[in-house]
Amino acid sequence: MLKVNNLHAGVEGNEILNGINLEINPGEVHAIMGPNGSGKSTLASVIAGKEEFEITEGGIEFDGEDLEETSPEERAHKGIFLSFQYPVEIPGVSVTNFMKTAINESRKARGLEDMPANQMLKLIREKSELLEIDRKFLSRSLNEGFSGGEKKRNEIFQMAMLEPKLAILDETDSGLDIDALRIVANGVNKLRSKDNAILVITHYQRLLEYIVPDFVHVLHEGKIVKSGTKELALELEEKGYDWIKNESVV
Amino acid sequence: MDLKDKLVSSFLAFENNVDVDHPVHDIRSEAIKNFELRGFPNKKQEAWKYTSLNALKKIDFSIFPKQINALEYKDVKRYFLHEIDTYKIVFIDGVYSSFLSETTHDGVDICLMSAALSKPMYKQIIDVYFNKVASKEESLTTLNTAFSKEGAYIYIPKNKVPKKPIEILHFATGNEASLLLQPRNLIIAEENAELQIIERHQSLTSNEILTNAVTEIFAAKNAIVDYYKVQNDLKNASLIDNTYISQKNNSTVKVHTFSFGGKLTRNNLNYYQNGEYIDSTMKGVTILGEKQHVDHHTLVHHREPNCESHQDYKGIYGEKSVGVFNGKIIVDKIAQKTNAFQQNNNILISDKATINTKPQLEIFADDVKCSHGCTIGQLDEEALFYLQTRGIPKKEAAALLMYAFANNVLESVRIPELKMRINRLIANKLGVQLGFDL
Repeated sequence: MLKVNNLHAGVEGNEILNGINLEINPGEVHAIMGPNGSGKSTLASVIAGKEEFEITEGGIEFDGEDLEETSPEERAHKGIFLSFQYPVEIPGVSVTNFMKTAINESRKARGLEDMPANQMLKLIREKSELLEIDRKFLSRSLNEGFSGGEKKRNEIFQMAMLEPKLAILDETDSGLDIDALRIVANGVNKLRSKDNAILVITHYQRLLEYIVPDFVHVLHEGKIVKSGTKELALELEEKGYDWIKNESVV
Repeated sequence: MDLKDKLVSSFLAFENNVDVDHPVHDIRSEAIKNFELRGFPNKKQEAWKYTSLNALKKIDFSIFPKQINALEYKDVKRYFLHEIDTYKIVFIDGVYSSFLSETTHDGVDICLMSAALSKPMYKQIIDVYFNKVASKEESLTTLNTAFSKEGAYIYIPKNKVPKKPIEILHFATGNEASLLLQPRNLIIAEENAELQIIERHQSLTSNEILTNAVTEIFAAKNAIVDYYKVQNDLKNASLIDNTYISQKNNSTVKVHTFSFGGKLTRNNLNYYQNGEYIDSTMKGVTILGEKQHVDHHTLVHHREPNCESHQDYKGIYGEKSVGVFNGKIIVDKIAQKTNAFQQNNNILISDKATINTKPQLEIFADDVKCSHGCTIGQLDEEALFYLQTRGIPKKEAAALLMYAFANNVLESVRIPELKMRINRLIANKLGVQLGFDL
């Protein structure tokens, strides 16, 4: 589904990603771990199409198609979703209206009519129950005044609504207490299927106890320095990132 | 002959059509003398530094329409807030249209300035209020005073609330090659009275129109006045809108100004607080493109203790448009415990657009809370990216962000249908369909 080939990318001549290779197939859950500044969030943004970053070498393929000339919205229409570490506040636009716009724009891109209002409401009800979201919450302005946990839960709610093929969860666990973490992880797990894939980006192993990955990759200085199965995450937790740093120097 | 000379000499012709024995005529005569002395403002004056009237002064405006023009309701319906029932005071090329209007004398007076200036029953009120808060020095105001004859006259007696909002509409047909209009409004809300006004100036052709309007508003004790100015005119229509407000104890006057169109618009909005516990609120959303120019000049004069003023103006400037915000707050020495807030936030969406913003605070009291802030920025790239990753195209995403930016100004619009209308105007102005009614 996703093929990242020798990806070099940076901002204003400053290289952040130094040759990343990563392949994700349908049904798989991958985790990318790494210390601060290793390029985790940059990788997430580059896959989602953030224009600020320039790809200097290599590239990204999604479903066999090169994404180089593809805008973020087109990537969304193809089924790529990025859950933000810091979701943006949009005053005056309710969660419901925002979702309507997002869903209908995607449908428009696929040549479909707007989703009928009753179907939309049913979908919103269904998915908000999945994330244990209160009705009142849906009429509030998007992310405005939301707590950290509410923002993250809202991100996963959006993911549930948009049903992406590839969901990238960027530090979804940061700022969550254990109850919120459980709800969010539970929501994500219910959305897992043999046809979609998830890329979890995290600093800590904690989230991976709930969203169990098939593969774990360790990112350091813009490169994947180690890959393995879920046991690698535990090892990292135990030994800390210095272990990887030292090993990669050797 | 230049426009000033033409105006001064037209005053003699004007006198043939008004009652020169009425006391108001003395006020007019004084005013024309003042205008003759001062002439049009120019860029050397601080208050007009960023707004030039030179191009307008070169146009040979007709001062009086040569004929009476009519309009069919169906052709102008869209400019009315037709979704709800309203009182309507409608003028076509400066002349009252009884056909399009709906006035009343049922407990309140919602009618015409010409009637108020000619009928004896209004004389007492005219003596007390006419030209009492409008400036006697500002030259464009005195020009309007000199030619004051027609406009809206609204008198809401003590404890009365009109059944519905009032619309004041000025249409310009363009049947004249170029026309100068000078409406004069007088609005009085007595103790505990409450009213809502929606005002719009609308040109219907590409001919040149210049409107120099003066509105005086008097809010007595506990009165509440909500005034909405919808400025979405065609590209050869210019407006100089002078509003003077006098408030007494515990009164609330809110003016919302929505500026989306026109060639040159200058809003002079002046509040004078003549009592305690007054709330003066002015809010604005300005969205401009092309070479449009909008200049908001506000003044709040805090003359008594324990009052508040709130100013919140948001501007979005594209293409080669120019915006000006100048907010002056004067707090007299006696006006302790004043709370005065002023906010002006702007987004420039083009490299060629300009905004000049200037707070002007003159504070002579020592126990006050005054704050002001102005920002000039661009759209937040991270926010744009966020919306795009949800499948919303860049243009729509930008519009959504601009809408969000202007949103808190709309929250205080108390007529839901008007709010919807403004939302739609904003969406149109931003050139998007957002899949839901904003």
